[in-house]
Amino acid sequence: MFRNQYDTDVTTWSPAGRLFQVEYAMEAVKQGSAAIGLRSKTHVVLGCVNKANSELSSHQKKIFKVDDHIGVAIAGLTADGRVLSRYMRNECINYSFTYEAQLPVGRLVVQLADKAQVCTQRSWKRPYGVGLLVGGLDESGAHLYYNCPSGNYFEYQAFAIGSRSQAAKTYLERKFENFADSSRDDLVKDALMAIRETLQGETLTSSICTVAVLGVGEPFHILDQATVKQIIDGFEIAGEQEDPAGEPDAAAGQEAAAEQGAAADQGGSTDQVVAPMDI
Amino acid sequence: MASKQPDALLGPESDSQRTQYPYVTGTSVVAIKYKDGILMASDMGGSYGSTLRYKSVERIKPIGKHSLLGASGEISDFQEILRYLDELILYDNMWDDGNSLGPKEVHNYLTRIMYNRRNKFNPLWNSLVLGGVKNGQKYLGTVSMIGVNFEDNHVASGFGNHLARPILRQEWHENLSFEDGVRLLEKCMLVLLYRDRSAINKFQIAKITDEGVTIHQPYSLKTNWEFSAFQNPSQGAVGTW
Amino acid sequence: MAKQHANWSPYDNNGGSCVAIAGADYCVIAADTRMSTGYNILTRDYSKICKLADKCVMASSGFQADVKALQKHLGARHLIYQHQHNKQMSCPAMAQLLSNTLYYKRFFPYYSFNVLGGLDNEGKGCVFTYDAVGSYEKVGYSSQGSGSTLIMPFLDNQLKSPSPLLLPAQDAVTPLAEDEAVDLVKTVFASASERDIYTGDKLEIVVINADGLRREYIDLRKD
Repeated sequence: MFRNQYDTDVTTWSPAGRLFQVEYAMEAVKQGSAAIGLRSKTHVVLGCVNKANSELSSHQKKIFKVDDHIGVAIAGLTADGRVLSRYMRNECINYSFTYEAQLPVGRLVVQLADKAQVCTQRSWKRPYGVGLLVGGLDESGAHLYYNCPSGNYFEYQAFAIGSRSQAAKTYLERKFENFADSSRDDLVKDALMAIRETLQGETLTSSICTVAVLGVGEPFHILDQATVKQIIDGFEIAGEQEDPAGEPDAAAGQEAAAEQGAAADQGGSTDQVVAPMDI
Repeated sequence: MASKQPDALLGPESDSQRTQYPYVTGTSVVAIKYKDGILMASDMGGSYGSTLRYKSVERIKPIGKHSLLGASGEISDFQEILRYLDELILYDNMWDDGNSLGPKEVHNYLTRIMYNRRNKFNPLWNSLVLGGVKNGQKYLGTVSMIGVNFEDNHVASGFGNHLARPILRQEWHENLSFEDGVRLLEKCMLVLLYRDRSAINKFQIAKITDEGVTIHQPYSLKTNWEFSAFQNPSQGAVGTW
Repeated sequence: MAKQHANWSPYDNNGGSCVAIAGADYCVIAADTRMSTGYNILTRDYSKICKLADKCVMASSGFQADVKALQKHLGARHLIYQHQHNKQMSCPAMAQLLSNTLYYKRFFPYYSFNVLGGLDNEGKGCVFTYDAVGSYEKVGYSSQGSGSTLIMPFLDNQLKSPSPLLLPAQDAVTPLAEDEAVDLVKTVFASASERDIYTGDKLEIVVINADGLRREYIDLRKD
């Protein structure tokens, strides 16, 4: 079974100017369980959905500490994600060994993107099947980047990747304008809300998600389950109280669905014209 | 011929030369923190053994936007270090992301270079003084040819350690104005000129603040060799002749 | 006449003394802050004490560049350990790592003389003492560096460690209370700086106990 004659190796172009293997790698990111990230001027929060492979197994770790000032959340092939996290950790350790200073996040992201790019141009390699949300803090403030298997990278105020991430993106798009001046705790709350969007019906519990924070005066760390549970319980109760006036939410839901449709349409149309490499 | 063989096996490494002693050297560099930043002074002499061979050697150079490097020791090795740092700063600028290496980073980088070269038994024959200001933060440190490094409010290399630092320990304070700082450095340089035979009377003083680097034109200090202690230095010193 | 020129050595001795004392529930690690070369004092305020983990601190004297390289190496190794194990390295584990690191450079040694102090997994004070090439021993107290010849016999006299030959093995921790140990350290350095020109300026004392890590400074002779 094969989809077309131009996808058997990475280095072969399709006549439409596309690299199918690279696009398949990006597809792997969409298949992975969701990861989200958002930032204020001073903090970055990363979150992800924990999905166990089977009833009998535990879930895989999807958020990694890179250094005190950098962390990543991944979606896609976890194994590839681990390898890239290790690379990033090494880069940070080496930089602080020679300069006794922290590696600027933007630079690490470019190095990472260049590493991914090489895999799209070598016949004996395969692209990494993982998307990384890189959160970091440096001299120029808090940053959130998304690194794609294609070697592209983007800076975001807030973003979501992985399966059903569109719902989270919609939530974030609706609220991101306030994020810049958000408090750390509000950011965490918004992260959990965004994660909840990706669950589509499933209830949000502390065991189904992981949240990590980093910011000014707060080295990167993964929040423990008890803390997450406390926060979820907090807004769950608040949510129930607000529920009677829950109509705007429903309306927003429709909006979101519409947007989703629009996005899908767009995706469909770009499919025919140029490579959809911008995400 | 046969005896040549093993040499060839060692590869090009065995033919290469290492600095086992310096050729053209510069003498002390003295630097201090002052109210707004760092002041650094050195003379412009380059000695070939005990011959005063060069008289216009610039031994203080700006490194990037935030740092100032002064060197004593082998001049050619210093110029090699400048090439390393030019490359470092160039690559740093090429990121074009608004980040830049500060004096702390440059000092650490230099320390790694010096220490790595001593580990290869191929030292860069210098004592380096690195000063700078970034984001209002003053920094002053030094590295020796074997990698010994530290920060302090005032540092000196070579003879400066013997002759200038005692003066600095006595007279330096946190709130030196630019004028007082220059006066203090000139006092040190004058003592060095009197007592260090390879020092010459042609100086450069450089300043670095948050506003940037200024390296002043070379100038001389007024000397007075008529001190009676210079006339007959051993007079009254018991045990000399 | 033989050709006269400067020569160089890859090593220098930058002096300094280190002491560590282990108690039942604390550990005191101390070192002076003077850095010298020959008869020159390079700086009067250079810390020889390096925090390697939450409950593990190393004090080192000898050749500063080697000491710095060693500290950075251990620091990097500890970061890797934390990434891999999700916890801080224990003091005995760090002790073994330090030994291996030193021995790895057996034929071009780090010219550094270390004492490692901290709390073990039971919260008991522990001290490890080293030579430059990595042979080490767990003791109740120790001293290293230029003033160690003056300090060590004084500590022996005051603390009388049980012979390591005793069977069954006797615990090496000192019977002193924490504040007594801190006082002893101050006395010992005040004495050493009287006779050792490489010891002086300031004394940095680190105390590790169940509450965490505390630092204090006192002045020493500056001449």
